[in-house]
Amino acid sequence: MDNLKPQLNESSFERVFQTDEFKTDVVYKSISFWKEVRLRFQANKGAVIGIIFIAFILFMAIFGPYMNAQTYKSKVDEHINLPGRIPGIEKIGIFDGEIDGVNVYEKRGLDDVYYWFGTDNLGRDLWTRTWVGTRVSLYIALLAVVIDMFIGMGYGLVSGYIGGTTDTIMQRFIEILSGIPNLVIVTLFVIILNPGILSISLALVITGWIGMSRVVRSQVLKMKELDFVLVSKTMGAKTNTLILQELLPNIFGQVIIMSMFSIPNAIFYESFLAFIGLGLQPPLASLGVLINDGYKSILVYPHIIVAPVVVLALLMLSFNLVADGLRDALDPKMKQQ
Amino acid sequence: MIKYIGRRLLISAVTLFVIMTILFLLLQFLPGSPFNDEKLSDMQIELLNEKYGLNEPKSTQYALFLKNIITKGDFGVSYTIEKNAEVSTMIQARFPISIRLGLQALAFGSIIGVVLASIAALKRNSIWDTATTIFAVIGISIPSYVFALGLVYFLGYKLTKATGMAIFPLTYDIYDPVRSSILPTVALAMFVIATVARFMRTELVEVLGSDYILLAEAKGLSASKVIFRHSIRNALIPVVTILGPLTVSLMTGSLVIERVFGIPGIGDLLVTAISVNDLNVIIAVAFFYSLFYIAMQLFIDILYGIIDPRIRVAKGGK
Repeated sequence: MDNLKPQLNESSFERVFQTDEFKTDVVYKSISFWKEVRLRFQANKGAVIGIIFIAFILFMAIFGPYMNAQTYKSKVDEHINLPGRIPGIEKIGIFDGEIDGVNVYEKRGLDDVYYWFGTDNLGRDLWTRTWVGTRVSLYIALLAVVIDMFIGMGYGLVSGYIGGTTDTIMQRFIEILSGIPNLVIVTLFVIILNPGILSISLALVITGWIGMSRVVRSQVLKMKELDFVLVSKTMGAKTNTLILQELLPNIFGQVIIMSMFSIPNAIFYESFLAFIGLGLQPPLASLGVLINDGYKSILVYPHIIVAPVVVLALLMLSFNLVADGLRDALDPKMKQQ
Repeated sequence: MIKYIGRRLLISAVTLFVIMTILFLLLQFLPGSPFNDEKLSDMQIELLNEKYGLNEPKSTQYALFLKNIITKGDFGVSYTIEKNAEVSTMIQARFPISIRLGLQALAFGSIIGVVLASIAALKRNSIWDTATTIFAVIGISIPSYVFALGLVYFLGYKLTKATGMAIFPLTYDIYDPVRSSILPTVALAMFVIATVARFMRTELVEVLGSDYILLAEAKGLSASKVIFRHSIRNALIPVVTILGPLTVSLMTGSLVIERVFGIPGIGDLLVTAISVNDLNVIIAVAFFYSLFYIAMQLFIDILYGIIDPRIRVAKGGK
């Protein structure tokens, strides 16, 4: 039997640790949550491209209208329906002021005149009008975020945190409100207040926050049962502290994601209403108004519609990409596989 | 389940009632009267007011307004678009055209979306997958009317000019509803394709990684059976959740698409009515849209409740 015993001696073992010193777990460099978010966001190519485009469009919306002498409503009767022409670039075959191979500028004897995006059928400069119109879209984007952040988050927090009868009443109210189509609400405002930026803004204020409040409420309902809130409560934290310091930081990621996704929606809504004639009215410019103008003469002068369509598409695409990137960065669990 | 459906029905009824009340208030507070014609003498206006019950107390008028809508679907007559035509008849004539276009877009968009999603999920991280993802982001980002304008210009105008025959007509033709509705359907379906493809791809990837697919493969089912019977069918269930946003997008989309292609549908009617201030028509169409929207939501909620009992409980039923 003895030979079945394993022969063990000192040399059968190998020291894993070279010293007897006690080792702790490997410590990774600690990165704060927001830094991690930033790193993940930067790794997302689409989102970074989106941010760059938004920054560019924002810059142009602020400074673009001052880059030439025209204002958004100044008309020059001799300069109607000119295609785009940019000094320097005209030599390589784009923005050369040609329609079907004929240089419209030379034909009309306007050798020194340059309209970068061309002019519309009233002789207004499309460069200026496009960037002035972009401002409207950016204003709407900002408004959508503000509404989400204040009304949506506030409503959701109160409804979720207080709970009980208050919650029930507030939720029934939302259910009824969300049963009324946006389209109908805008229509009603348009007939009462006339088409314009005010009726669109008000319609957004009434309906723009419902999705956000639902998300916040469900998050709060989930969070307030968790132990850390209980601990805080036991230690005598007041309601304000609980909401602002315990709940809010934990749902903020969701809030940012939601409000980013509501931006493209709001921009779409404004341009859509302007396009069907229920939004801003000419001579005011918004991207939808310009697209509507261009649409009327699309078969003869297709250049009028190009600039606003490209800017609108880029803006919506960029905001969608950034929203996607933020969602993946803030909430990796939600990331689509 | 019955309690759940009952609750949803009750909320829908209340919503509809609120909408009707808002519409009635709107009629009351807007300036002007339907009879502000200078040729009418005070006596005649008085008679007209008498005839249409405008001298009654507001509460009686309100009751009459509700009664006319609920029992007869009666919204009075159009002031400007088609003088003295019954608004309800006008809507009846236009409704089938809009519904048909919407359903075409929904069917076309869903089928293409599911196909794209299946290709993307089955060939994950391939060039097809990337292409589908990019296509989906673009489809969600770019408004349907921009697509419509592009289609009109390139397929409707340029192609007709190049080939000399109108393969895709520029505008809708009542007498040729199939061919002339191709472009509007495609334009309207872009958002549907993008949304369905995006959502379905995520679902499919999850389903394909699950144990029961492994089991199906392990017991030797053919690839097509695994994909069609087990993967796609299961991934389709949660797609019900995006039916709501799709309905909304089809409703708003129809407004512009009908305008761009000159389709005589409900959306076109609403836009025209607002631009010429034809109040009765606006109110009728607004009510109609709400009714349709609420019915759609009710349908989706009940469908949910049947598919996923957890939602039923969460929304307060047993």
